[in-house]
Amino acid sequence: MTDPTPTASSPLLAVRGLSKAFLGVQALDGVDFTVRHGEIHALLGENGAGKSTLIKTLTGVYQRDAGTVTLEGRTIAPRGVEEAQRLHIGTVYQEVNLLPNLSVAENLFLGRQPMRFGMRFGLVDRGAMRRRARAVLIPYGLTLDVTAPLGRFSVATQQIVAIARAVDMSAKVLILDEPTASLDAQEVAVLFKVMRTLRSRGIGIVFVTHFLDQVYALCDRITVLRNGRLVGERRTAELPRLDLVAMMLGRELEAAAHRIAPPVDDAEEDARPPLVRFRGYGKARSVEPFDLAIRPGEVVGLAGLLGSGRTETARLVFGMDRADRGEAAVDGQAVRLRGPRDAIRLGFGFCPEDRKKEGIVGALSVRENIILALQARQGWLRPIPRRRQEEIADRFIRLLDIRTPHAEQPIQLLSGGNQQKALLARWLATEPRLLILDEPTRGIDVGAHAEIIRLIERLCADGMALLVVSSELEEIVAYSRRVVVLRDRRHVAELRGGEVAVDRIVAAIASESVPVEPRP
Amino acid sequence: MIHRFLPLLVTSAVLVVGFLLCAAQFPAFASLRVVGNLLTDNAFLGITAVGMTFVILSGGIDLSVGAVIGFTTVLLAVLIEQGGWHPVSAFAAALAVAGGFGAAMGAVIHVFQMPPFIVTLAGMFVARGLGFVLSTDSIPINHPLYAELGDLALRFDGGGKLTLPALLMLGVVAAAVVCAHWTRFGANLYALGGNRQSAELMGVPVGRTTVAVYALSGLLAGLAGIVFSLYTGAGYSLAATGVELDTITAVVIGGTQLTGGYGYVIGTFIGLLIQGLIQTYITFDGSLSSWWTKIAIGVLLFVFILLQKGLLAVWTGRGGTPAEA
Repeated sequence: MTDPTPTASSPLLAVRGLSKAFLGVQALDGVDFTVRHGEIHALLGENGAGKSTLIKTLTGVYQRDAGTVTLEGRTIAPRGVEEAQRLHIGTVYQEVNLLPNLSVAENLFLGRQPMRFGMRFGLVDRGAMRRRARAVLIPYGLTLDVTAPLGRFSVATQQIVAIARAVDMSAKVLILDEPTASLDAQEVAVLFKVMRTLRSRGIGIVFVTHFLDQVYALCDRITVLRNGRLVGERRTAELPRLDLVAMMLGRELEAAAHRIAPPVDDAEEDARPPLVRFRGYGKARSVEPFDLAIRPGEVVGLAGLLGSGRTETARLVFGMDRADRGEAAVDGQAVRLRGPRDAIRLGFGFCPEDRKKEGIVGALSVRENIILALQARQGWLRPIPRRRQEEIADRFIRLLDIRTPHAEQPIQLLSGGNQQKALLARWLATEPRLLILDEPTRGIDVGAHAEIIRLIERLCADGMALLVVSSELEEIVAYSRRVVVLRDRRHVAELRGGEVAVDRIVAAIASESVPVEPRP
Repeated sequence: MIHRFLPLLVTSAVLVVGFLLCAAQFPAFASLRVVGNLLTDNAFLGITAVGMTFVILSGGIDLSVGAVIGFTTVLLAVLIEQGGWHPVSAFAAALAVAGGFGAAMGAVIHVFQMPPFIVTLAGMFVARGLGFVLSTDSIPINHPLYAELGDLALRFDGGGKLTLPALLMLGVVAAAVVCAHWTRFGANLYALGGNRQSAELMGVPVGRTTVAVYALSGLLAGLAGIVFSLYTGAGYSLAATGVELDTITAVVIGGTQLTGGYGYVIGTFIGLLIQGLIQTYITFDGSLSSWWTKIAIGVLLFVFILLQKGLLAVWTGRGGTPAEA
């Protein structure tokens, strides 16, 4: 719809034959990438496709080995973020890189504050800074106290401030690296509006995301990378979803990912003794009391909106938060969960949502990360022999197809999906009876996504019980035998067997005429 | 808005209430003379604490300031008494050496990515040691200019006076407030203390700012050394032992967070006055051991840190509902 003369108009940003290698690994191999004036261009690819490397080369974090980058016909080679910004390339990252302790106005104008009494030795004109900050934010629909610390506002607001800063610093190319990953639906809508406005002003936007819906809702063109090479550039309108996924994966996505769990005889199932049973279990200001039973070989999904109490339920079950009412039983025996140590001893495992903060230990090797939970359960006084550690690590690297050069690689150097798999391996190594997965597919690409879903199915076929939290309803429906639906920190429905379907979950969330959106 | 200034308000309230209590017990307390002496006695501390505030705001710490003060007094005494230098040239030399020393520590911290705690701890030993190399004895400074400068003061009715050290401190505090809030350097300090990596990505010259803030802290410690030598009329390598901790205390009581990024210079000034107030009270009382100063300050520091932590928890623990514009 934009870009009326696709071939005649000279591109805004043209990357040709870009190559970059790290220690012999070819991260980018002769990649072409073109951004035109006034377009939103999706940059897609699996983990390790080279998206991050391409972006970091454009923004001056890395220096290219070969190839050319031209901006409006001029060859550029930024040596740092600051220089890239001067060359009109602005970047906004998923984790907002602004300063929460400074005011909104200071964040917008840091390093380029309006001055009085001379530029060099003058004083910052704070009044002018406030006025200009308000003016800058108006087109984004933000009217807020620009003197308040940025950290007081939601991530979405902070992200828009980051965009406003980048654009106000005369960005012609704006790179948005997974900006929607931590936003809720309403916030995403606001961000999209901003992006469309910027597009109409002629800015070229590079949009990196894992959400295919968002690509189709917003983007004019799509460039797909795979294993450091260009797969192709297409107009969104001319690229069906199935073809896009095939481009990203280099193969057809297996239908297994969207198969409904096989129907089971509910009466017979319910007669089986549960592995764990919670009665009236809850915690004030966290989750209302709930009943929950999980049987061996069963996947129970926890569905609900962000903040509905899904993660809180998972944390209670694992003992990370202590319940203040209700009782828990494992194999019919009453137990007390006073902390994760109790839970681990009972054979529970937990893969947290925020793997960077609560999961991986970045500087330790893949092997050390994998054996961590097993070692913790054995007690640190009985170290697992090195040979055994290596066997375990190598087995799971093979089993889960964790892409790492070797087991001794520091885990922080792996891509997100592979870190997630290593984290799974950590718990699988303890052979848990109940494994809790909080957002197992968050922030990982389509291919790894499908693999993790297949893995979940294989695990419960082996008799393990699974409790899975996910915001992806299709995903939950695909593998869960039962789905517990939460709303406003309360378990509101339990769907089983044939009832497990996306529309039923949505209906349960929306029932009782409670508005779906938590905020007006 | 109230959140941001709350620690500062609490500190100010403690000062006012403390002063009123003292004045109620000792009517002579509420006089310009007492206030003037309080400022004079704590001038060198105040000047040092300003530098410390900047360093802590930027997310660092400077343990070397006490040793730099001691070294400066010895250097001045040796230059003036043994080298025959004019005090003014000696002052200039001392400021240059102290500033350069700070800059060197800042450079080491930035270039080698070393923890400021370790680097300035090493700097503390080096400066203290250098002072001993110059002289192990206390050297009196008898230059006539010292007597003149010592007499220099703004006098008020009723015996109150603002001496040169007190005026210097007030000037430094005023300049520092302007520097913190109305210059790019000030904004960069807060940015650095907020998040070093983000600051770098936003184009803050991290290296230059780090070197500058430690140079400034060294320079102010040098100035404090000059003031201290004026105050005592001597140079001694053991002078101002433990001052780094007194200044850190003033900074923390003043509401600045030790982790950097949040705080105000004026808070440090108030924190300093609170310490001075306790000291003056104990002098007035006469029966209490001077160690009660340390105990009172210790308790106060503890209470303030708890208070800050509480405020921070209230402020950031917004639960599951993110604050919207």
